[in-house]
Amino acid sequence: MINSILKIENLSASYDDKVIIQNINLEFQKNKITAIMGPSGCGKTTLLRCLNRMHELTPNAKVSGKILLESTNLNDNFMELNSTDPILVRRRIGMVFQRPNPFPNLTIYQNVLAGYLLNGIKLKKQEADEIVEKHLNLVALWDEVKDNLKKHGTFLSGGQQQRLCIARALAMEPDVLLLDEPTSALDPISTQRIEDLIVELQKTVTIIIVTHNVGQAGRVSDFVAFLYLGDLIEYGLTDTIFTNPKNLQTEKFLTGKIS
Amino acid sequence: MNKTSFRRIKNDTYKLGLILLTIISTVPFLLILFFVIKNGIAVINWEFLTSLPKPIGENGGGIINGLIGTGILIIIATIIAIPIGIITGVYLAEYPNNLLSNSVRIVSEIFQGVPSIVVGIIAYFWLVKPMGHFSALSGSFALALILLPMIIKSTEEMVKLVPADIKEASLSLGVPYYRSILKVIIPASLSGILTGALTGIARISGETAPLLFTAFGDSFFNINIFKPISSLPLLIFNYSISPYQAWWAKAWGISFLIVIFILILNILTRILYKKI
Amino acid sequence: MTHIFQERQSILNDNIIEEATIVEQMIKKIINALINKDTNLLQEIIDGDEAKVNSLVIEINEMIIQLIARFQPEAGDLRSIMMIYKINGDFERIAKKSSKIAKSILLLMDEPPLKPFQDVPKMLEATISMLKDSITSFTTHNVQLAYDVCERDDIVDKYRSHISRELLILMIEDSALIQKSQSIERITRNIERIADLATNIAEDVIYIVEGEFIKTKKSKS
Repeated sequence: MINSILKIENLSASYDDKVIIQNINLEFQKNKITAIMGPSGCGKTTLLRCLNRMHELTPNAKVSGKILLESTNLNDNFMELNSTDPILVRRRIGMVFQRPNPFPNLTIYQNVLAGYLLNGIKLKKQEADEIVEKHLNLVALWDEVKDNLKKHGTFLSGGQQQRLCIARALAMEPDVLLLDEPTSALDPISTQRIEDLIVELQKTVTIIIVTHNVGQAGRVSDFVAFLYLGDLIEYGLTDTIFTNPKNLQTEKFLTGKIS
Repeated sequence: MNKTSFRRIKNDTYKLGLILLTIISTVPFLLILFFVIKNGIAVINWEFLTSLPKPIGENGGGIINGLIGTGILIIIATIIAIPIGIITGVYLAEYPNNLLSNSVRIVSEIFQGVPSIVVGIIAYFWLVKPMGHFSALSGSFALALILLPMIIKSTEEMVKLVPADIKEASLSLGVPYYRSILKVIIPASLSGILTGALTGIARISGETAPLLFTAFGDSFFNINIFKPISSLPLLIFNYSISPYQAWWAKAWGISFLIVIFILILNILTRILYKKI
Repeated sequence: MTHIFQERQSILNDNIIEEATIVEQMIKKIINALINKDTNLLQEIIDGDEAKVNSLVIEINEMIIQLIARFQPEAGDLRSIMMIYKINGDFERIAKKSSKIAKSILLLMDEPPLKPFQDVPKMLEATISMLKDSITSFTTHNVQLAYDVCERDDIVDKYRSHISRELLILMIEDSALIQKSQSIERITRNIERIADLATNIAEDVIYIVEGEFIKTKKSKS
């Protein structure tokens, strides 16, 4: 059954008059993991950043086309993100970055609540405690940091910091979580823990992950989109595309002949 | 003769030369410090720190007016320069390449090189003339003008050091731009900005020239910022050009105080700097 | 390895065990058909069971290819998956042979049985016990049992040569029995093949557990 939460129609993006992605049409399935893969410079990160309207923050960036997100109040009714306040878009579509980036001036506790604190949203003490515990548990970090909640996040390992960042994004209860090569700065063991976590999280949130690592796309995703030189080359079930891609470029990428 | 040993001799000669030159350049500084401490420390006592100057011929008397005056001048200058400096610095770091920021950057850099007496003249014509009299405010204004470019520069550099990731993380949580700057970027670079500010304060605490025709000086206890006010550097100037030996001793004492103050600021700066 | 991999691996194991159960059931049905003269059971094997196994075979093949493509398993996981791939092929052939046996028996059912034919159910019993034990050794990773299965291949081979000899004598005595005898000969050959495949499965189990390829048998007939 197809149950789309996010749709892209004719999306193109450019930067300094250089076209980065063109005419992308895609539908992301609810509570599934979609991997966007492709060689570096193919526009996969740009595509991701268009989804939560971060691309437009780059100077001289242009976006055209439609991005539609399932509306919260009515089913089968989508809202157009390009005409929505980007602040609201970003509260419904969370993001995790390549390098772990906890706020250096905030404690672990405050980092999880950063979305509330920085937005000036008031929380009762008990409510805040619950949010912190719930989301640190969700990313399997609670047991490791529960005694150090008042410490700054910088003493954590890279993998722990990245999980803290995922907890920070999840604390805002977004509908979609964007992951931009979330393990590219991590060691293999931390990478595996994050991958396990991603698979686990799909129960609560729709996940779109950008990766240049074919193996990672294979291990975690339900669907894959293959981007090459700004075009969407192929999209489908990971099982199908990894065993029987229809397009020659996809075949070459998967077999390591282009990278 | 083999080349290696020749090379080694050459190497050692250069090294020795470097050490000698370093010592030579340090000696005058050490001598100055020695004289300041030797002549100054004898003058310091409770009365010196807490009482007003006495007329010529009377023994004793202190420099409380100068201490208070310098304090007021520095505090007001800091209050003026820090917010403007931080805002400007953040702007320069955030929009590094437009016409406004490029112009501001050039002007600010030129201002850093302008002699302080020129700054004093500016303050004289902008504030003292229209007001009709000397005042602490005009002195603070002149000091703020000297402090401002230093704070702008250090803020710009420190904000640039904050990884772009951190700002993006904040924006991606739906935090508006202005709040991201206020709550994330500035706090993350605060210790660096403060380091810059302290260095600037150390510099203005010894400025004399711009104060000569702005704060002017006053031998009474004054905390009204619209009136002329004394300051430690001004007192040094006045005492040392006087013909009285007792006043020369006082000038040494004040110099000693300023050196100690700058030393403390420097130590603070180093402590802060380590936290960056 | 990720949760998805473990999940899929356990589904794969479930599927291969389901396949094993069907295959085992097919041979049991042949024995029951022989004892009770029940042609319906034979018809079930030919019409239903073989197709069921074949569709499972395809499903398992797809799963294995996807597992390898997506997760690039190593070491124990790799051995287990590769051997399941082989075992899957073995089951497919066992199902095919069983179906052939069923067809041959169906033709002989109406006629009075020849004397050597009475040994066929015993031979089948020996084979099914080998198959059962090889499956058990797979599910429990019991190497001892697997070695035991390999040993027992001889028993089935002996049944076959015994029956062959008897059939040969019959054919020499009465040339009218040649066609019938050849039918029985075909049946025993297929049963022996099934026993060989059961041995193969046992050898694969030994590889999964010990990581070494074993060939316990001399060349097959």
